[in-house]
Parts: sequence; C-alpha cells; structure tokens
Amino acid sequence: MRNTWLLCQKELRSYFNSPVAYIVLTLFLLITGFFFTTTLFLIGQATMRQTFQLTPIVFLFFVPAITMRLIAEEKRSGSIELLFTWPTRDWEIVVGKFAAAWIFITMAIGLTLAFTYSVSGIGSLDAGETFGGYLGLILMGGAFAAIGTWTSSLTQNQIVSFVVSLTVIAALYLVENLLGLLPMSWAPILQFLSVTHHFNNLARGVIDSRDLIYFASLIILMLKLAHSSLESRRWK
Amino acid sequence: MIQVQNLTKRYGPTIAVKDLSFTVATGEILGFLGPNGAGKTTTMKILTCYMSPTEGQVSLEGLDVIEHSLEVRRRIGYLPETAPLYHDMNVLEYLSFVAGIRGIPRHEFGSRIDRMASVCGLGSVMRKDIGELSKGFKQRVGIAQAMIHDPDVLILDEPTSGLDPNQIVDIRNLIKDLGDEKTVILSTHILSEVQATCDRVLIINNGSLVADGTPAELTAKFAGDDQMRLVVSGSSPEPLKSALMAVSGVISLELTDGSEIRVNITVESGQDVRAPLFRAIADAGWTLLEMHRESTSLESVFRQLTKDTGDAGA
Repeated sequence: MRNTWLLCQKELRSYFNSPVAYIVLTLFLLITGFFFTTTLFLIGQATMRQTFQLTPIVFLFFVPAITMRLIAEEKRSGSIELLFTWPTRDWEIVVGKFAAAWIFITMAIGLTLAFTYSVSGIGSLDAGETFGGYLGLILMGGAFAAIGTWTSSLTQNQIVSFVVSLTVIAALYLVENLLGLLPMSWAPILQFLSVTHHFNNLARGVIDSRDLIYFASLIILMLKLAHSSLESRRWK
Repeated sequence: MIQVQNLTKRYGPTIAVKDLSFTVATGEILGFLGPNGAGKTTTMKILTCYMSPTEGQVSLEGLDVIEHSLEVRRRIGYLPETAPLYHDMNVLEYLSFVAGIRGIPRHEFGSRIDRMASVCGLGSVMRKDIGELSKGFKQRVGIAQAMIHDPDVLILDEPTSGLDPNQIVDIRNLIKDLGDEKTVILSTHILSEVQATCDRVLIINNGSLVADGTPAELTAKFAGDDQMRLVVSGSSPEPLKSALMAVSGVISLELTDGSEIRVNITVESGQDVRAPLFRAIADAGWTLLEMHRESTSLESVFRQLTKDTGDAGA
C-alpha cells in the first residue's frame, strides 16, 4: 500500500514538474468553459446539466493524453527494468499509476466548480442533479483512466497508447448510437455497455447501484488487464 | 550464496542462455565476462527477477527467484546496463523515492542518502535534474540507487561504462571495498577491470559457460608459452642466438640486427629463465639493456575461448 502511494506521488509530481499538466488543464477549462457559457445563455436556466452532457466529449481526448505516458514511457526509457526489480508488486505499480491519473482528472473536474459556483449565484441549482453530475464525471474519469492505464501497458509508444485508448473510449461512448441499426432485442446489451447511458442516469441525479457497479467493474476489469500485461514479461 | 542450476533462456527460437550452472559464495566478487550477446545481461535479468528462466532453477540463499521473488528482490541491488533513471526528478528526489520503495524508514532517509552521496561522489549534484547530468554522474546515481538499502547482493551490469579513467578507478575501489562483506556480480568486457577487482571470473560464450576460476587460475590453465623480450648490445646476432638457444626452456627466438639487438624468445610456460638468460649474456661479455616477461594475459585467454562462434569447449 505504501508503495502504491509512493508511485502515485511520483506520477503526480511528474505531471506538475512538466508544463504538460498546466497546458492540459488550461485547455480543459477553456473548452468546458466554452460549453458552459454558450449553453448557459442559450438556455437561460441555472443548471449545469448541459455542461455535464458535453464534458464527456472533452474527456475522450483529455484522458488518453493524461494516461498515455504512464507505463509506455517507462518501457521506452527502460526505467521499468528498475521498477520491476525493486520490491514492488505488479498491482501496486498499476494501481499507483492509475490513481495518479484519476486524482489529476478529479482535480481538473474540481476546477469546474468555479462554473457551478457562478451559476448558483443567479438561480437555485438542483443539488441532487449537480452532485450526481459531478459523481458521474469523476467515475467516468476513473473508468477512462483505467482504460488508458491498460493501453499504456501494451506499448512503449505513447502515440499508440493514445490512439488505442481513444478508440476504446469512443467505442464505449458511442455504442448506444448503434441502437437504430440493430434489432430492439439488443437494446439492453447496448445500454449496459454504454458509458453514456450510465453517466446520464447519474447526471439526472438518480444514484443507482447499477451505474456505480458498472463503473467500478469497468475500472477493475481494465486494471486487471493492465496487470496481466505487466505480468507477461514473466512468461517463460 | 547464489545458485544457478541448468539455466536456459529462450526468446522464441533464439537461445540466449543454455544450460548454465554456477554458484557464487557470499562475499565473493564475481566477474562475468563474455562478448556482446553472450548472455551476460540475460542471466543478470533472471537473477534480479526481471525475467523468468525458460528452464532451470535460480536461487539466492535458498530462495527461488520465482516463488520468493519479492524477498529475493529485497536482498539485491541492481544496476542495469543503461542506468535507466527518472530524468524529470532531481538526484535527491530520486534517491528519496528509491529509499521509500526500498522500505527504509523515513527518519533514516537523510543519513542513507548522505552516505550514498559521499560514497558515490554525488554531493555537488544533489539538486540537479537527473536528465541534465553527464553519463558518469548518471552511472553513479544508478550505483547509489542499487546500494541505498545496503543489500547483501549487488548485481552491476557494466558499472564502469561511460566513466572517465579517474571515476573508473573510484568505482573499482568502491566495488572492492564492498566485496569484503557483500556478494558482488559484475559484468564487463573490460578485462583489466576483472583482473583489478574480481576474486573469480566466469567466461560465457553463446550462452554457455566456457571457463570458471580465479584470474590467475584461468591464465595458468589456458596459458600457452610465455614470451620474453630482450635488448642486448655488444654482440652480433649469430653468436647471441646460439648462446641463448642453449638455455634450457627456450623454444625458439627471433632477433633483429644492429648495435642494439632486440630478441623475442618463446619460453615453455611455467619456466623461469630470467636468471639463466642473464648469465648467458653476462658470461659472454655482452650487455643486457632490457628484459621483459610477458605472461599470458586474461585477454588472450578470453580471445582464445570466445573467438569461435561455434562451441569453444572448456
């Protein structure tokens, strides 16, 4: 557990030691801020719902950009050899790196509280909806970060990691749109797979255990895949 | 004690190490010699639990590297060939991070890091980013990283590569000092390094062990005939040649003409012919200006054992 925390701290420090973190955070706030202001004046209601609806599209690019280097960079530079010969368990490495990315994403989401605060001044916000929206964003950020951690463990090339995680995330994000093409009997399956469906449930302010379980199991599955990918070096 | 039994490692169809067996006693400094691609690095990666062997057993103090991987890793300090460090950290941050990962209690961080700084000569660069350091300093940070937890076993893959001659001497002395209480395995292809630091040498070629012994044993075992070089004045070639050939132990000789005659003599190995040669020259009234004995070096043993791409035998 101590190692997990040490690795997580190390990753967080390397985010903030380079300009990348600040550039990414600025871009994230600019884009979500753009969505926020345009929809606010269009609808003329004190709600964050429209902003929450659009943020996942930002995540599609934002999260892979944050996670792409996690393991791929260690593989490229060879530092993974030291990491693997220190007394750290493979799951500690996976969880530590994933946690750093998730914390970074949660910090970015936290910065958008400024928008929420400014809306709350002009009208009464629906507390349940706002809380559900933030919870949904954080869980979705976690699930995407876990996908990115896995794809980063597959390659030593950050660009490959970026493209693969973008593809996987886009698939989970868009899968619901296949509804029109497939027979109706497929609907429950597509809805079950769809990140958008579960996120929208939470963003309506309905906190259902099914949605929480969906995100939790997606995170666990992806981290498990990342773990097996690290373990593959021990194949004989 | 490290035990390697019938170790084989295959990468797909390529065999990197085949049926390698050896043991290393506690406190021994073992030199691992071999041409590039001989399997030195692969063997080290298996010893440090980075990779699994295809076949065979490797254990440290009876702990198997696969079953007790964490326990083995705790007892080993490892410096990979390229010293891959985190370039976005400074030296102090990096060593603190490694100290944490190594499970050193927080209140000991300061003293451990100070000790590593003085042992490895890092005092002046503690606050510099690792990415900005020269190759030699990176190498030293790599060695500090490997020793910070005071391991029983140190495994160093080409520890002196990229260092300047002064640093090489420093690191060699450091390794020798460490060897008093720790087991050290180092790989190199610099032969003088092995002669200067190691108690024992393993030479591997194409993944197999071709020689095992102290540097002196190996040179004696694989020695051919010794060479002597002389410079003599006051003589002419013919009488000199016949006088020297009469000394017992001399097999053949070549000489040059001139007022100072240079002589290359091949002598049966193990025969000390220095005194008889001197007397033969002095008794004839000539002057011996120089005499030099070249015993077989580890270098020629190495070349002899590893030059064949096929099975060199041992």
